[in-house]
Amino acid sequence: MTLNSSNFPVTEERKLPTHVGGNGRWKSGAAPNITTLRANDGAPSKVWLKGISLQYKASNGSRLLALDDISLQVKPGEFLCIVGPSGCGKSTLLHLIAGLHQPTSGTVLVDDHLIDGPGTDRILIFQELGLFPWLKVGENVEFGMKMNGVSKAERKDRVQHYLRLVHLSKFKDSYTHQLSGGMRQRVALARALATEPDVLLMDEPFAALDAQTRDLLHDELERIWSETGCTIIFVTHNVREAIRLGDRVALLTFRPGRVKREYAVDLPRPRHLEDPSVATAAREILNDLREEINKSIEAEYQGANV
Amino acid sequence: MKRLKKIARHTIFYAALIGIWALLARLKIWPPYVFPAPSSVLQSLRDGFADHSFWIGIAVSMKRILIGYALSIVLGMILGLGVASNKFLQETMGGLLVSLQSLPSICWLPLAVLWFGLTEKAILFVVVMGSLLSITIAMEDGRNQMPKIYKMAGRNLGASGFKLFWYVLLPASLPFILSGLKQGWAFAWRSLISGEMIFVSLGLGQLLMTGRDLNDMSLVIAVMILIIAIGFIVDGLIFRTLEKRLQNKWGLTPAV
Repeated sequence: MTLNSSNFPVTEERKLPTHVGGNGRWKSGAAPNITTLRANDGAPSKVWLKGISLQYKASNGSRLLALDDISLQVKPGEFLCIVGPSGCGKSTLLHLIAGLHQPTSGTVLVDDHLIDGPGTDRILIFQELGLFPWLKVGENVEFGMKMNGVSKAERKDRVQHYLRLVHLSKFKDSYTHQLSGGMRQRVALARALATEPDVLLMDEPFAALDAQTRDLLHDELERIWSETGCTIIFVTHNVREAIRLGDRVALLTFRPGRVKREYAVDLPRPRHLEDPSVATAAREILNDLREEINKSIEAEYQGANV
Repeated sequence: MKRLKKIARHTIFYAALIGIWALLARLKIWPPYVFPAPSSVLQSLRDGFADHSFWIGIAVSMKRILIGYALSIVLGMILGLGVASNKFLQETMGGLLVSLQSLPSICWLPLAVLWFGLTEKAILFVVVMGSLLSITIAMEDGRNQMPKIYKMAGRNLGASGFKLFWYVLLPASLPFILSGLKQGWAFAWRSLISGEMIFVSLGLGQLLMTGRDLNDMSLVIAVMILIIAIGFIVDGLIFRTLEKRLQNKWGLTPAV
Protein backbone atom coordinates (compact mmCIF):
# COMPACT_ATOMS: atom_id res chain seq x y z
CA MET A 1 0.00 0.00 0.00
CA THR A 2 1.46 3.29 -1.06
CA LEU A 3 0.90 6.41 0.89
CA ASN A 4 0.98 8.97 -1.84
CA SER A 5 -2.40 10.50 -2.03
CA SER A 6 -2.39 13.53 -4.25
CA ASN A 7 -5.84 15.00 -4.52
CA PHE A 8 -6.71 18.13 -2.70
CA PRO A 9 -7.61 18.31 0.12
CA VAL A 10 -6.05 15.12 1.30
CA THR A 11 -2.45 16.03 0.96
CA GLU A 12 0.76 14.44 1.83
CA GLU A 13 2.21 17.64 3.13
CA ARG A 14 1.24 18.40 6.69
CA LYS A 15 0.86 22.15 6.98
CA LEU A 16 0.43 24.36 9.95
CA PRO A 17 -3.17 24.19 11.00
CA THR A 18 -5.01 27.34 10.11
CA HIS A 19 -7.26 27.29 13.13
CA VAL A 20 -6.30 28.76 16.45
CA GLY A 21 -6.87 25.47 18.15
CA GLY A 22 -4.46 23.30 19.96
CA ASN A 23 -2.35 24.68 22.73
CA GLY A 24 0.08 26.41 20.52
CA ARG A 25 2.61 23.63 20.83
CA TRP A 26 2.56 23.19 17.09
CA LYS A 27 5.85 24.27 15.67
CA SER A 28 5.51 25.58 12.18
CA GLY A 29 8.70 23.96 11.02
CA ALA A 30 7.88 20.65 12.59
CA ALA A 31 4.85 19.96 10.48
CA PRO A 32 5.24 16.29 9.81
CA ASN A 33 4.94 14.71 6.48
CA ILE A 34 2.73 11.70 6.67
CA THR A 35 5.14 9.54 4.77
CA THR A 36 7.77 10.11 7.41
CA LEU A 37 5.48 9.80 10.39
CA ARG A 38 6.49 6.28 11.15
CA ALA A 39 10.06 7.19 11.76
CA ASN A 40 10.54 9.54 14.66
CA ASP A 41 11.15 12.88 13.03
CA GLY A 42 12.25 14.56 16.20
CA ALA A 43 9.00 16.38 16.82
CA PRO A 44 7.53 15.71 20.26
CA SER A 45 4.89 13.01 20.42
CA LYS A 46 2.08 13.23 22.89
CA VAL A 47 0.99 9.68 22.25
CA TRP A 48 3.25 7.19 20.60
CA LEU A 49 2.04 3.70 19.73
CA LYS A 50 4.97 1.47 18.93
CA GLY A 51 4.18 -1.78 17.20
CA ILE A 52 0.99 -2.53 19.12
CA SER A 53 -0.44 -6.02 18.67
CA LEU A 54 -3.26 -7.58 20.58
CA GLN A 55 -4.30 -11.20 20.60
CA TYR A 56 -7.55 -12.42 22.05
CA LYS A 57 -8.12 -15.90 23.25
CA ALA A 58 -11.47 -16.94 21.82
CA SER A 59 -13.76 -19.17 23.86
CA ASN A 60 -12.96 -22.16 21.67
CA GLY A 61 -9.28 -21.78 22.51
CA SER A 62 -8.22 -20.36 19.17
CA ARG A 63 -6.36 -17.11 19.09
CA LEU A 64 -7.70 -14.08 17.34
CA LEU A 65 -5.36 -11.33 16.27
CA ALA A 66 -7.31 -8.11 16.83
CA LEU A 67 -4.58 -5.54 16.30
CA ASP A 68 -1.44 -6.14 14.28
CA ASP A 69 1.66 -4.00 14.59
CA ILE A 70 -0.01 -0.63 14.89
CA SER A 71 2.33 2.31 15.02
CA LEU A 72 1.00 5.83 15.30
CA GLN A 73 2.32 9.08 16.61
CA VAL A 74 0.10 11.87 17.79
CA LYS A 75 1.44 15.37 18.28
CA PRO A 76 0.54 17.51 21.26
CA GLY A 77 -2.71 19.30 20.59
CA GLU A 78 -3.42 17.26 17.49
CA PHE A 79 -6.87 15.99 16.60
CA LEU A 80 -6.44 12.50 15.19
CA CYS A 81 -9.42 10.58 13.87
CA ILE A 82 -9.31 6.83 13.47
CA VAL A 83 -11.72 5.27 11.00
CA GLY A 84 -12.26 1.68 10.03
CA PRO A 85 -14.95 -0.92 9.50
CA SER A 86 -16.69 -2.35 12.54
CA GLY A 87 -14.59 -5.08 14.04
CA CYS A 88 -11.26 -3.53 13.17
CA GLY A 89 -10.35 -2.97 16.79
CA LYS A 90 -10.70 0.82 16.83
CA SER A 91 -12.29 0.82 20.26
CA THR A 92 -9.80 -1.69 21.57
CA LEU A 93 -6.99 0.59 20.51
CA LEU A 94 -8.47 3.38 22.63
CA HIS A 95 -8.79 1.02 25.60
CA LEU A 96 -5.11 0.24 25.24
CA ILE A 97 -4.16 3.90 25.24
CA ALA A 98 -6.42 4.44 28.25
CA GLY A 99 -4.54 1.67 30.00
CA LEU A 100 -7.64 -0.44 30.60
CA HIS A 101 -6.03 -3.38 28.78
CA GLN A 102 -2.47 -4.30 27.98
CA PRO A 103 -1.27 -5.01 24.44
CA THR A 104 0.15 -8.45 23.71
CA SER A 105 3.21 -6.80 22.28
CA GLY A 106 4.33 -3.27 21.59
CA THR A 107 4.22 -0.24 23.83
CA VAL A 108 2.06 2.78 24.39
CA LEU A 109 4.02 5.89 25.29
CA VAL A 110 2.45 9.11 26.50
CA ASP A 111 4.96 11.94 26.91
CA ASP A 112 7.62 9.24 26.57
CA HIS A 113 6.27 7.40 29.60
CA LEU A 114 5.25 3.80 29.31
CA ILE A 115 1.53 3.25 29.92
CA ASP A 116 0.72 0.25 32.07
CA GLY A 117 -2.56 1.29 33.68
CA PRO A 118 -5.31 3.89 33.72
CA GLY A 119 -4.40 7.46 34.50
CA THR A 120 -6.27 10.72 34.43
CA ASP A 121 -3.81 12.24 31.99
CA ARG A 122 -5.80 10.23 29.42
CA ILE A 123 -9.56 10.07 29.70
CA LEU A 124 -11.67 7.84 27.52
CA ILE A 125 -15.23 8.73 26.64
CA PHE A 126 -16.91 5.41 26.02
CA GLN A 127 -19.32 4.79 23.21
CA GLU A 128 -21.97 3.90 25.78
CA LEU A 129 -20.72 6.80 27.94
CA GLY A 130 -20.76 4.93 31.25
CA LEU A 131 -22.27 7.83 33.13
CA PHE A 132 -23.16 6.80 36.66
CA PRO A 133 -26.95 6.73 37.00
CA TRP A 134 -26.76 6.86 40.79
CA LEU A 135 -25.05 10.24 40.69
CA LYS A 136 -26.41 13.61 39.71
CA VAL A 137 -24.95 15.37 36.70
CA GLY A 138 -22.73 17.56 38.87
CA GLU A 139 -21.57 14.57 40.90
CA ASN A 140 -20.73 12.70 37.71
CA VAL A 141 -18.56 15.58 36.59
CA GLU A 142 -17.00 15.74 40.05
CA PHE A 143 -16.25 12.02 40.20
CA GLY A 144 -12.83 11.90 38.60
CA MET A 145 -11.58 14.81 40.69
CA LYS A 146 -12.90 13.20 43.85
CA MET A 147 -11.05 9.99 43.06
CA ASN A 148 -7.87 11.94 42.54
CA GLY A 149 -8.01 13.90 45.75
CA VAL A 150 -8.82 17.33 44.38
CA SER A 151 -9.96 19.61 47.20
CA LYS A 152 -13.65 20.15 47.70
CA ALA A 153 -13.54 23.86 46.91
CA GLU A 154 -11.67 23.31 43.68
CA ARG A 155 -14.00 20.48 42.68
CA LYS A 156 -16.95 22.79 43.08
CA ASP A 157 -15.33 25.46 40.93
CA ARG A 158 -14.34 23.03 38.22
CA VAL A 159 -17.76 21.38 38.12
CA GLN A 160 -19.27 24.79 37.55
CA HIS A 161 -16.69 25.69 34.96
CA TYR A 162 -17.00 22.54 32.89
CA LEU A 163 -20.76 22.37 33.09
CA ARG A 164 -20.84 25.91 31.79
CA LEU A 165 -18.42 24.92 29.04
CA VAL A 166 -20.88 22.28 27.79
CA HIS A 167 -23.92 24.47 28.47
CA LEU A 168 -25.41 22.29 31.16
CA SER A 169 -25.15 24.53 34.23
CA LYS A 170 -28.88 24.33 34.81
CA PHE A 171 -28.83 20.56 34.97
CA LYS A 172 -26.27 20.14 37.73
CA ASP A 173 -28.80 18.49 40.04
CA SER A 174 -30.57 16.32 37.47
CA TYR A 175 -30.06 12.62 37.13
CA THR A 176 -28.60 11.43 33.85
CA HIS A 177 -31.69 9.51 32.78
CA GLN A 178 -33.60 12.76 32.78
CA LEU A 179 -31.41 14.15 30.00
CA SER A 180 -31.54 13.72 26.24
CA GLY A 181 -28.89 11.75 24.37
CA GLY A 182 -27.02 14.87 23.31
CA MET A 183 -27.06 16.25 26.82
CA ARG A 184 -25.76 12.99 28.25
CA GLN A 185 -22.99 13.12 25.70
CA ARG A 186 -22.07 16.58 26.93
CA VAL A 187 -22.09 15.38 30.54
CA ALA A 188 -19.62 12.67 29.57
CA LEU A 189 -17.48 15.30 27.89
CA ALA A 190 -17.59 17.54 30.96
CA ARG A 191 -16.80 14.61 33.22
CA ALA A 192 -13.77 13.75 31.13
CA LEU A 193 -12.58 17.35 30.83
CA ALA A 194 -12.98 18.03 34.55
CA THR A 195 -10.01 15.81 35.34
CA GLU A 196 -8.09 18.09 32.95
CA PRO A 197 -6.57 15.35 30.85
CA ASP A 198 -3.86 16.00 28.27
CA VAL A 199 -5.32 13.40 25.99
CA LEU A 200 -8.99 12.91 25.30
CA LEU A 201 -9.94 9.54 23.82
CA MET A 202 -13.36 9.42 22.21
CA ASP A 203 -15.00 6.21 21.06
CA GLU A 204 -17.70 6.88 18.47
CA PRO A 205 -19.22 9.37 20.86
CA PHE A 206 -21.79 10.83 18.48
CA ALA A 207 -22.85 7.67 16.65
CA ALA A 208 -26.22 7.37 18.37
CA LEU A 209 -27.26 10.99 18.02
CA ASP A 210 -29.57 12.65 15.54
CA ALA A 211 -27.92 14.75 12.84
CA GLN A 212 -28.76 18.15 14.33
CA THR A 213 -27.45 17.28 17.77
CA ARG A 214 -24.35 15.78 16.26
CA ASP A 215 -23.61 18.92 14.20
CA LEU A 216 -23.99 21.01 17.30
CA LEU A 217 -21.68 18.79 19.30
CA HIS A 218 -19.08 18.86 16.52
CA ASP A 219 -19.00 22.63 16.87
CA GLU A 220 -18.80 22.41 20.63
CA LEU A 221 -16.10 19.80 20.62
CA GLU A 222 -14.01 21.87 18.23
CA ARG A 223 -14.47 24.94 20.41
CA ILE A 224 -13.56 23.05 23.58
CA TRP A 225 -10.57 21.52 21.87
CA SER A 226 -9.28 24.94 20.92
CA GLU A 227 -10.00 26.31 24.40
CA THR A 228 -8.33 23.51 26.34
CA GLY A 229 -5.59 22.62 23.90
CA CYS A 230 -5.86 18.94 24.65
CA THR A 231 -4.86 16.18 22.27
CA ILE A 232 -7.82 14.24 20.92
CA ILE A 233 -7.94 10.76 19.47
CA PHE A 234 -11.38 10.25 18.04
CA VAL A 235 -12.66 6.93 16.78
CA THR A 236 -15.54 6.88 14.33
CA HIS A 237 -16.89 4.82 11.47
CA ASN A 238 -18.13 7.99 9.82
CA VAL A 239 -15.53 9.26 7.37
CA ARG A 240 -17.14 12.64 6.93
CA GLU A 241 -17.17 13.16 10.64
CA ALA A 242 -13.48 12.26 10.74
CA ILE A 243 -12.69 14.88 8.11
CA ARG A 244 -14.98 17.43 9.72
CA LEU A 245 -13.00 17.17 12.96
CA GLY A 246 -9.56 15.76 12.39
CA ASP A 247 -6.18 17.24 11.63
CA ARG A 248 -5.30 13.79 10.45
CA VAL A 249 -7.21 10.61 9.72
CA ALA A 250 -5.85 7.11 10.15
CA LEU A 251 -7.61 4.27 8.36
CA LEU A 252 -7.52 0.83 9.96
CA THR A 253 -7.95 -2.42 8.08
CA PHE A 254 -10.50 -5.09 8.93
CA ARG A 255 -9.35 -7.86 11.26
CA PRO A 256 -6.57 -7.80 12.15
CA GLY A 257 -6.51 -4.04 12.52
CA ARG A 258 -3.51 -2.46 10.85
CA VAL A 259 -2.90 1.12 9.85
CA LYS A 260 -3.77 1.02 6.19
CA ARG A 261 -3.13 4.64 5.47
CA GLU A 262 -2.93 8.06 7.06
CA TYR A 263 -4.36 11.22 5.59
CA ALA A 264 -3.56 14.77 6.57
CA VAL A 265 -6.67 16.91 6.42
CA ASP A 266 -5.70 20.38 5.35
CA LEU A 267 -9.02 22.11 5.19
CA PRO A 268 -9.53 25.44 6.93
CA ARG A 269 -11.60 25.37 10.09
CA PRO A 270 -14.39 25.63 10.91
CA ARG A 271 -15.52 22.94 8.51
CA HIS A 272 -19.01 21.67 7.97
CA LEU A 273 -20.16 18.17 7.26
CA GLU A 274 -21.89 19.29 4.08
CA ASP A 275 -18.94 21.28 2.67
CA PRO A 276 -18.11 20.03 -0.81
CA SER A 277 -14.44 19.91 0.13
CA VAL A 278 -15.27 17.63 3.06
CA ALA A 279 -17.27 15.40 0.75
CA THR A 280 -14.44 15.25 -1.78
CA ALA A 281 -11.92 14.32 0.85
CA ALA A 282 -14.30 11.78 2.33
CA ARG A 283 -14.77 10.12 -1.05
CA GLU A 284 -11.12 9.30 -1.33
CA ILE A 285 -10.93 7.75 2.12
CA LEU A 286 -14.22 5.97 1.52
CA ASN A 287 -12.77 4.29 -1.55
CA ASP A 288 -10.04 2.83 0.60
CA LEU A 289 -12.45 2.04 3.37
CA ARG A 290 -14.93 0.27 1.12
CA GLU A 291 -12.47 -2.51 0.48
CA GLU A 292 -12.23 -3.12 4.22
CA ILE A 293 -15.97 -2.89 4.74
CA ASN A 294 -16.45 -5.52 2.05
CA LYS A 295 -14.05 -7.77 3.90
CA SER A 296 -15.98 -7.29 7.12
CA ILE A 297 -19.29 -8.02 5.42
CA GLU A 298 -17.82 -11.11 3.84
CA ALA A 299 -16.55 -12.29 7.19
CA GLU A 300 -19.95 -11.74 8.74
CA TYR A 301 -21.61 -13.58 5.91
CA GLN A 302 -19.29 -16.55 6.29
CA GLY A 303 -19.77 -16.44 10.02
CA ALA A 304 -23.52 -16.62 9.53
CA ASN A 305 -23.17 -19.65 7.32
CA VAL A 306 -21.04 -21.72 9.62
CA MET B 1 -58.77 11.94 44.69
CA LYS B 2 -57.24 8.69 43.53
CA ARG B 3 -55.63 8.30 46.91
CA LEU B 4 -58.91 8.90 48.67
CA LYS B 5 -60.59 6.25 46.55
CA LYS B 6 -57.84 3.82 47.38
CA ILE B 7 -58.20 4.49 51.09
CA ALA B 8 -61.96 4.06 50.77
CA ARG B 9 -61.57 0.70 49.05
CA HIS B 10 -59.21 -0.50 51.75
CA THR B 11 -61.50 0.69 54.51
CA ILE B 12 -64.50 -1.08 53.00
CA PHE B 13 -62.54 -4.29 52.56
CA TYR B 14 -61.22 -4.43 56.10
CA ALA B 15 -64.52 -3.32 57.61
CA ALA B 16 -66.25 -6.15 55.75
CA LEU B 17 -63.60 -8.64 56.85
CA ILE B 18 -63.91 -7.67 60.50
CA GLY B 19 -67.69 -7.57 60.14
CA ILE B 20 -67.83 -11.17 58.89
CA TRP B 21 -65.42 -12.20 61.62
CA ALA B 22 -67.58 -10.54 64.28
CA LEU B 23 -70.70 -12.10 62.82
CA LEU B 24 -69.22 -15.59 62.81
CA ALA B 25 -68.11 -15.11 66.42
CA ARG B 26 -71.56 -13.87 67.35
CA LEU B 27 -73.19 -16.97 65.81
CA LYS B 28 -71.21 -19.08 68.28
CA ILE B 29 -70.54 -21.88 65.80
CA TRP B 30 -67.26 -22.50 67.63
CA PRO B 31 -66.61 -21.80 71.31
CA PRO B 32 -64.92 -18.43 72.03
CA TYR B 33 -61.68 -20.06 73.18
CA VAL B 34 -61.34 -21.50 69.68
CA PHE B 35 -62.72 -18.60 67.70
CA PRO B 36 -62.54 -15.31 69.63
CA ALA B 37 -64.47 -12.20 68.66
CA PRO B 38 -62.60 -9.18 67.23
CA SER B 39 -63.44 -7.26 70.36
CA SER B 40 -61.67 -9.74 72.62
CA VAL B 41 -58.59 -9.72 70.34
CA LEU B 42 -58.62 -5.94 70.57
CA GLN B 43 -58.85 -6.26 74.34
CA SER B 44 -55.84 -8.60 74.32
CA LEU B 45 -53.90 -6.09 72.25
CA ARG B 46 -54.74 -3.36 74.73
CA ASP B 47 -53.87 -5.52 77.71
CA GLY B 48 -50.62 -6.63 76.14
CA PHE B 49 -49.47 -3.07 75.60
CA ALA B 50 -50.83 -1.99 78.98
CA ASP B 51 -48.86 -4.59 80.95
CA HIS B 52 -45.78 -3.89 78.79
CA SER B 53 -45.45 -7.53 77.72
CA PHE B 54 -45.96 -6.55 74.05
CA TRP B 55 -43.52 -3.69 74.30
CA ILE B 56 -40.92 -6.00 75.79
CA GLY B 57 -41.64 -8.62 73.13
CA ILE B 58 -41.26 -6.09 70.33
CA ALA B 59 -38.08 -4.65 71.82
CA VAL B 60 -36.47 -8.05 72.33
CA SER B 61 -37.42 -9.30 68.86
CA MET B 62 -36.32 -6.09 67.15
CA LYS B 63 -33.00 -6.15 68.95
CA ARG B 64 -32.39 -9.72 67.82
CA ILE B 65 -33.34 -9.12 64.24
CA LEU B 66 -31.27 -5.96 63.98
CA ILE B 67 -28.19 -7.74 65.28
CA GLY B 68 -28.81 -10.85 63.19
CA TYR B 69 -29.63 -8.90 60.06
CA ALA B 70 -26.61 -6.65 60.43
CA LEU B 71 -24.40 -9.71 60.83
CA SER B 72 -25.99 -11.24 57.73
CA ILE B 73 -25.32 -8.13 55.68
CA VAL B 74 -21.68 -7.94 56.66
CA LEU B 75 -21.07 -11.67 56.22
CA GLY B 76 -23.19 -11.80 53.07
CA MET B 77 -21.25 -8.97 51.48
CA ILE B 78 -17.92 -10.58 52.24
CA LEU B 79 -19.08 -13.99 51.11
CA GLY B 80 -20.88 -12.74 48.02
CA LEU B 81 -17.96 -10.64 46.84
CA GLY B 82 -15.56 -13.47 47.58
CA VAL B 83 -17.60 -15.89 45.55
CA ALA B 84 -18.10 -13.41 42.71
CA SER B 85 -14.41 -12.59 42.46
CA ASN B 86 -13.18 -16.14 42.08
CA LYS B 87 -14.19 -18.46 39.29
CA PHE B 88 -13.45 -21.61 41.26
CA LEU B 89 -15.50 -20.45 44.24
CA GLN B 90 -18.27 -19.33 41.94
CA GLU B 91 -18.63 -22.78 40.44
CA THR B 92 -18.33 -24.73 43.66
CA MET B 93 -19.55 -22.54 46.49
CA GLY B 94 -22.11 -20.77 44.29
CA GLY B 95 -23.89 -24.06 43.66
CA LEU B 96 -23.74 -25.03 47.31
CA LEU B 97 -25.25 -21.70 48.35
CA VAL B 98 -28.19 -22.11 46.00
CA SER B 99 -28.91 -25.62 47.22
CA LEU B 100 -28.57 -24.56 50.85
CA GLN B 101 -31.16 -21.90 50.24
CA SER B 102 -33.80 -24.54 49.72
CA LEU B 103 -33.35 -25.55 53.35
CA PRO B 104 -35.89 -23.78 55.62
CA SER B 105 -33.80 -21.86 58.09
CA ILE B 106 -35.60 -23.33 61.09
CA CYS B 107 -33.88 -26.61 60.20
CA TRP B 108 -30.73 -25.02 61.57
CA LEU B 109 -32.28 -24.74 65.03
CA PRO B 110 -31.52 -28.26 66.32
CA LEU B 111 -27.94 -27.77 65.24
CA ALA B 112 -27.85 -24.33 66.82
CA VAL B 113 -29.25 -25.62 70.11
CA LEU B 114 -26.66 -28.37 70.24
CA TRP B 115 -23.87 -25.94 69.49
CA PHE B 116 -24.95 -22.96 71.55
CA GLY B 117 -27.52 -24.38 73.99
CA LEU B 118 -30.82 -22.63 74.65
CA THR B 119 -29.24 -19.24 74.34
CA GLU B 120 -29.50 -15.95 72.51
CA LYS B 121 -26.73 -17.15 70.23
CA ALA B 122 -28.81 -20.06 68.99
CA ILE B 123 -31.60 -17.73 67.88
CA LEU B 124 -29.16 -15.32 66.27
CA PHE B 125 -27.60 -18.22 64.42
CA VAL B 126 -30.96 -19.21 62.95
CA VAL B 127 -31.70 -15.62 61.95
CA VAL B 128 -28.33 -15.26 60.26
CA MET B 129 -28.70 -18.57 58.44
CA GLY B 130 -32.13 -17.43 57.29
CA SER B 131 -31.03 -14.24 55.62
CA LEU B 132 -27.34 -14.74 54.91
CA LEU B 133 -27.83 -16.82 51.77
CA SER B 134 -30.25 -14.41 50.11
CA ILE B 135 -27.88 -11.54 50.71
CA THR B 136 -24.85 -13.52 49.56
CA ILE B 137 -26.53 -14.59 46.36
CA ALA B 138 -27.75 -11.06 45.71
CA MET B 139 -24.26 -9.63 46.19
CA GLU B 140 -22.84 -12.22 43.84
CA ASP B 141 -25.54 -11.51 41.25
CA GLY B 142 -24.97 -7.82 41.63
CA ARG B 143 -21.27 -8.15 40.94
CA ASN B 144 -21.82 -10.43 37.97
CA GLN B 145 -24.72 -8.66 36.32
CA MET B 146 -23.58 -5.13 36.89
CA PRO B 147 -22.75 -3.63 33.48
CA LYS B 148 -18.99 -3.78 32.99
CA ILE B 149 -18.96 -0.27 31.61
CA TYR B 150 -19.26 1.23 35.10
CA LYS B 151 -16.16 -0.53 36.29
CA MET B 152 -14.22 0.57 33.23
CA ALA B 153 -15.47 4.12 33.52
CA GLY B 154 -14.53 4.18 37.19
CA ARG B 155 -11.02 2.91 36.53
CA ASN B 156 -10.70 5.30 33.65
CA LEU B 157 -11.49 8.21 35.97
CA GLY B 158 -8.85 7.16 38.44
CA ALA B 159 -10.76 4.96 40.90
CA SER B 160 -9.02 1.83 42.11
CA GLY B 161 -9.01 -0.56 45.03
CA PHE B 162 -11.35 0.36 47.85
CA LYS B 163 -12.47 3.59 46.17
CA LEU B 164 -13.49 1.66 43.07
CA PHE B 165 -15.49 -0.75 45.21
CA TRP B 166 -17.11 1.87 47.40
CA TYR B 167 -17.90 4.55 44.84
CA VAL B 168 -18.54 2.46 41.73
CA LEU B 169 -19.03 -1.28 42.16
CA LEU B 170 -21.25 -1.07 45.22
CA PRO B 171 -23.64 1.62 43.97
CA ALA B 172 -23.70 0.05 40.49
CA SER B 173 -24.89 -3.25 41.91
CA LEU B 174 -27.30 -1.68 44.39
CA PRO B 175 -30.45 -2.52 42.42
CA PHE B 176 -29.53 -6.19 42.66
CA ILE B 177 -28.40 -5.97 46.24
CA LEU B 178 -31.53 -4.20 47.39
CA SER B 179 -33.81 -7.00 46.25
CA GLY B 180 -31.57 -9.44 48.06
CA LEU B 181 -31.61 -7.32 51.20
CA LYS B 182 -35.39 -7.24 51.06
CA GLN B 183 -35.66 -10.98 50.66
CA GLY B 184 -33.06 -11.46 53.36
CA TRP B 185 -35.08 -9.33 55.74
CA ALA B 186 -38.23 -11.35 55.07
CA PHE B 187 -36.39 -14.62 55.71
CA ALA B 188 -34.73 -13.23 58.82
CA TRP B 189 -38.07 -12.14 60.25
CA ARG B 190 -39.66 -15.53 59.66
CA SER B 191 -36.66 -17.35 61.09
CA LEU B 192 -36.63 -15.17 64.17
CA ILE B 193 -40.28 -15.77 65.05
CA SER B 194 -39.93 -19.53 64.47
CA GLY B 195 -36.79 -19.62 66.57
CA GLU B 196 -38.38 -17.71 69.41
CA MET B 197 -41.27 -20.14 69.54
CA ILE B 198 -39.04 -23.03 70.46
CA PHE B 199 -37.90 -21.97 73.91
CA VAL B 200 -38.48 -19.33 76.58
CA SER B 201 -36.87 -16.33 75.07
CA LEU B 202 -39.15 -13.31 75.58
CA GLY B 203 -39.72 -11.95 72.10
CA LEU B 204 -42.86 -12.07 69.97
CA GLY B 205 -42.52 -15.74 69.05
CA GLN B 206 -42.47 -16.60 72.71
CA LEU B 207 -45.62 -14.51 73.29
CA LEU B 208 -47.39 -16.63 70.70
CA MET B 209 -46.47 -19.75 72.61
CA THR B 210 -47.57 -18.14 75.86
CA GLY B 211 -50.98 -17.66 74.28
CA ARG B 212 -51.05 -21.31 73.38
CA ASP B 213 -49.96 -22.39 76.86
CA LEU B 214 -52.68 -20.29 78.46
CA ASN B 215 -55.20 -21.46 75.90
CA ASP B 216 -55.69 -17.76 75.13
CA MET B 217 -56.65 -17.60 71.45
CA SER B 218 -57.21 -13.84 71.62
CA LEU B 219 -53.63 -13.34 72.68
CA VAL B 220 -52.39 -15.61 69.88
CA ILE B 221 -54.26 -13.64 67.25
CA ALA B 222 -53.24 -10.33 68.80
CA VAL B 223 -49.56 -11.28 68.57
CA MET B 224 -50.02 -12.55 65.03
CA ILE B 225 -51.45 -9.18 64.08
CA LEU B 226 -48.50 -7.52 65.73
CA ILE B 227 -46.03 -9.66 63.76
CA ILE B 228 -47.80 -8.91 60.50
CA ALA B 229 -47.86 -5.21 61.31
CA ILE B 230 -44.14 -5.02 62.00
CA GLY B 231 -43.31 -6.98 58.87
CA PHE B 232 -45.56 -4.72 56.86
CA ILE B 233 -44.06 -1.56 58.30
CA VAL B 234 -40.50 -2.60 57.53
CA ASP B 235 -41.26 -3.97 54.09
CA GLY B 236 -43.77 -1.35 53.04
CA LEU B 237 -42.17 1.71 54.51
CA ILE B 238 -38.46 1.11 54.60
CA PHE B 239 -37.80 -1.14 51.61
CA ARG B 240 -40.44 0.29 49.34
CA THR B 241 -39.15 3.79 50.01
CA LEU B 242 -35.62 2.72 49.23
CA GLU B 243 -36.74 1.03 46.04
CA LYS B 244 -38.70 4.05 44.93
CA ARG B 245 -35.79 6.32 45.58
CA LEU B 246 -33.52 4.05 43.61
CA GLN B 247 -35.94 3.95 40.71
CA ASN B 248 -36.19 7.70 40.66
CA LYS B 249 -32.45 7.99 40.50
CA TRP B 250 -31.88 5.35 37.87
CA GLY B 251 -34.93 6.21 35.81
CA LEU B 252 -38.21 4.31 35.82
CA THR B 253 -36.75 1.32 34.07
CA PRO B 254 -33.40 0.80 35.77
CA ALA B 255 -30.52 0.61 33.32
CA VAL B 256 -29.58 -2.88 34.36
